This record gives sequence, C-alpha cells and structure tokens, in this order.
Amino acid sequence: ASDDQPSGLALPAPRNAQWSTNEPVNSWRDITTYNNFYEFGTGKGDPARYAGQMRLDPWTVRIDGAVRHPVTLDIDDLRKLAPLEERIYRLRCVEAWSMVIPWTGYSLSHLLAHVEPTEDAKYVVFTTAVQPKAMPGVQEGILDWPYVEGLRMDEAMHPLTLLTFGLYGHELPAQDGAPMRVIVPWKYGFKSGKSLTRIHLQATQPTTSWMRAAPQEYGFYANVNPAVPHPRWSQATERRIGSGLFAARISTQLFNGYAKSVAGLYQGMDLRRDF
Amino acid sequence: MPHASRHNSSTATPSLWPDSTRAWTCAVISRNSCVVESRDRKSDSGRQGQPPIGVPQRRSKSGYAHYALSLCVHLFGLFPLARWLVLGYLGGLTANPQEFLIRSSGTWALALLWATLAVTPIRRLSGWAGLVRHRRKLGLYAFFYTVLHVIAWALWDRGGVPASMWADLWLRDFIGIGALAVLCLVPLAVTSTHGWMRRLGRWWTYLHWLVYPAAILSVWHFDWMRAGKNDFFEPHLYAWALAVLLGVRIVWWARQHHR
Repeated sequence: ASDDQPSGLALPAPRNAQWSTNEPVNSWRDITTYNNFYEFGTGKGDPARYAGQMRLDPWTVRIDGAVRHPVTLDIDDLRKLAPLEERIYRLRCVEAWSMVIPWTGYSLSHLLAHVEPTEDAKYVVFTTAVQPKAMPGVQEGILDWPYVEGLRMDEAMHPLTLLTFGLYGHELPAQDGAPMRVIVPWKYGFKSGKSLTRIHLQATQPTTSWMRAAPQEYGFYANVNPAVPHPRWSQATERRIGSGLFAARISTQLFNGYAKSVAGLYQGMDLRRDF
Repeated sequence: MPHASRHNSSTATPSLWPDSTRAWTCAVISRNSCVVESRDRKSDSGRQGQPPIGVPQRRSKSGYAHYALSLCVHLFGLFPLARWLVLGYLGGLTANPQEFLIRSSGTWALALLWATLAVTPIRRLSGWAGLVRHRRKLGLYAFFYTVLHVIAWALWDRGGVPASMWADLWLRDFIGIGALAVLCLVPLAVTSTHGWMRRLGRWWTYLHWLVYPAAILSVWHFDWMRAGKNDFFEPHLYAWALAVLLGVRIVWWARQHHR
C-alpha cells in the first residue's frame, strides 16, 4: 500500500467542513509510508513493510466496563453505527513533525452513547491488537503489549474525537491502524490508538503504555503544547511533512490549533504538571 | 610512553607521513625533540636507488595494494554521500528527508570513526603495517560526516536559529554530550596535517588520544537519543564494538607494562 494513489476498498463519505482544516493535505504516500506503529518495528518504514501481514478478518471490538450495554461488535456493524464523514485534521507527532490527513469516521461519542456509560465511567481505555506472528516489534519487547491508551470521559465524548475507519475515502491501510482506530487531533499522535480491539470504560485513570515505559517523558494528557518541551527536544516548532527539503519549520499551536474547541476541557489545570 | 617500531608499537602510534615512521620515531627518541628534518613522503628504504618522485616508475606489489586500499577507503568514505544523492533522486529519503539525513549523517560519522579506531587493532593482528597510512583518511571522513550532522541539526532541527541551538545544547543532555564529542574531534581534524604533526611532535600523540573520549561521548549521545523509546539495538551494537576496540588496546597496554 505504498503506491502514490489511494488503494483499498472505497469508503465514500461527505466532508464535514466544520471540523476540517483548509491546509494542504499530505500525500497518500507520505501518510502510508511514514508511520509509528511499534508493533511492526520502530523504523518509520516498518509498518508499511509488515502491516500487510496483520489478519483483519474477522475483526470484532469489545466495548465494556462501566456501561449499561456491554457489546462485542463486528467491524461491519461498527462502520454502520453512525453516518460516516470525512474530516481533514492536523496530526502532530510527539517527535515534532506533523501532517494534514483526510480521515473518515464518526465521533466516538456515537459509539459511547450506544453502550450507555454509567456514572462510574470516568475514563476510556483503548486496547489495540496483538498478533505476535504478524508483528515483529511485539517479539522485540519495545513496549508492554498490548498497546494501551486512554482518554478522560469528557475528552472521549468531545465531537472532535473521531472513531476512524478510512483515509482518503478508502478503508484504512493496515499501517495506519486498520480496520478501526481513534483520532484525537489536539493530542500528540501516540494518544490515537490503532487497530482497536477493546474499548473499556472505567472509574480510574489508566496507566498507558508510554506512561509505563517512560513516565518522565510521556504524561496521560499529552496535549500538544509548544510551551511544554519533551525532556529531549523542544515542542515549540514542528516540521510539516511534505513541505520540501528547505521549507522552514512552523510554529506549533497550543492544542494543535484546536484550542477554541477543547481548551475548556482543561480549565484550572496546570498543563505543565499534567503534561 | 612507547613509541612506534615495527614489533612494539603503541596503540596510539601517530601515522605521520607514513613510510618514514621509523626515521621519525628514531629522531624523537634519540634527541627527544619534536624536530624532524625529512618531510619525505616516500619510504626511506623504498627510495634508495629509485627515480625521484614524479618520475614514472613501476609500482611494487605492496604499492598496488596501497593504492587499491586507498581507493577502497575513498569509496567507503564517499558511499554515504552517493547513497543520499541516489536516494534523493529516486525519492527514497522517506517522507521526512530532513530527519533521515540528520540521523544518517550521524550514523555514518559513527561508523567511520569506528573504522578509524579499528585500524590499529587490525594492523597489529594482521601485521600489515601499511594499514596505518589509511587511518587519517578514515578519520577525516568521520569528521566530514560529523560536520554534516551538525549542520543538518543546526539548519533542519533548530531552524538555523543560533539562540535555539544554544538552548538545545543546555536543555537536552544528549545534544550537549554530542557537542562535547564534536569539540573533541575538532582539534584532531585541525592537527591532521603533516605540518601539525611535526610542530606537535609527541604531543600530537597525546592530543589524538581525544579520539577515545570522542568515541565514548558519540555512542553515549546515540544511546541517549534513543532512550525513552527503548530502542537500543543499534546504539548497543556500536557500544559493544567500541568496547572491543578499546578493550584490546587496554589488554595490549597492560601486557606491555606488566611483563
């Protein structure tokens, strides 16, 4: 899937202009050959090289925990649960590069409403697929597998948080998190778990994979914030992928430019401490 | 400090203008002086009865070996540059060519520095004294890629903003460590000429021991860069190789001094 043209089954959906940026979109090639998906290795090209080995069919997702109607849904049922729409989001990686990507999906809130969270549902935990035979990185033990990420309930219910099935109007390529992932555009990319197998609601804040691996470097919130540097590099600027060898770096925006929509979620919080 | 001779050479033997090493060390030992009169690039013994430099002559077998090895060293040294150009032409520098080039230049600087450090052990194990004549080339290629690595970081990672570079040096430990390594390498590159060898005499050897802290700091920089991602395979590979390269020197040094 490293061709220049979108490939895979078509997944047409109207564009949601309200939640889309007008910035130039990155190429299919950039988005599908430059990935962090450590289950397949730490090299940026590893996911494109190996993710094709992942078994995608059958694929079911368990949604359970603090919900009134725990369910296990097939990927086809999940795709039909709410109307799909295309949204062009900025994606800011914690490694200080960024892309602009046309995703297809619907707000995660639709799915969460479907299972009816209880009063205990304070956090959402995303668990991603582990297929050791198909995933060379899993055997190397870079992180504790499966990869676990999480959001606070209000973050998960925010309309920007996208349950994502497609890219460029086609089904997600394996290296981009097929068949279903989450996209949280105001947070660093690693918060947006790929190839989800379970969505669990609970009362306590989960310890995510990166918090476990390097707690001093990766916090639970991981909001894009130019004022809070990573211990090993500045987050003040970013390199927009595809802008050319001699393009200047661009300034990183607070909450990746989505501050108007999401800053309210963090009122009264010290974003330096809760990084 | 032991000076070079065919059978009892220090691991840090200065290569000088290679074929007259023996004459040079004799001069240093006998007069304890840094002054060397002869700047002859041709072997003392080899030149006896030979036409003057510049006059066409039949090369000896070892002469051909020398030129073949010299060519190999240049091909090795220029390979990364050629590879980048080909990859750039074919669109193979990944979606993030800047990062690819920053990292690739660092990796090749490391590989060439390790190759430089491998010359002495290989020479001693193989008994091939002529190898030392290629060490400076390797060292200068290592420095060349180090300079490219620093320029790439300065322009692409720090946007060419001096204040941003300065802040990076102090805020980020692995950058500071890398900068120290570069500081160790600069005087080595500057004093790599015959003129500086002559002027510094035996101090040249002492000065060039800076290559050891430079190597240790470089691999530390690499390891630290990968820390937090728990992706240590490559840094550890280089660290182990360096441990071997330094380990044999320590063993040889200990044997020489505690016989």
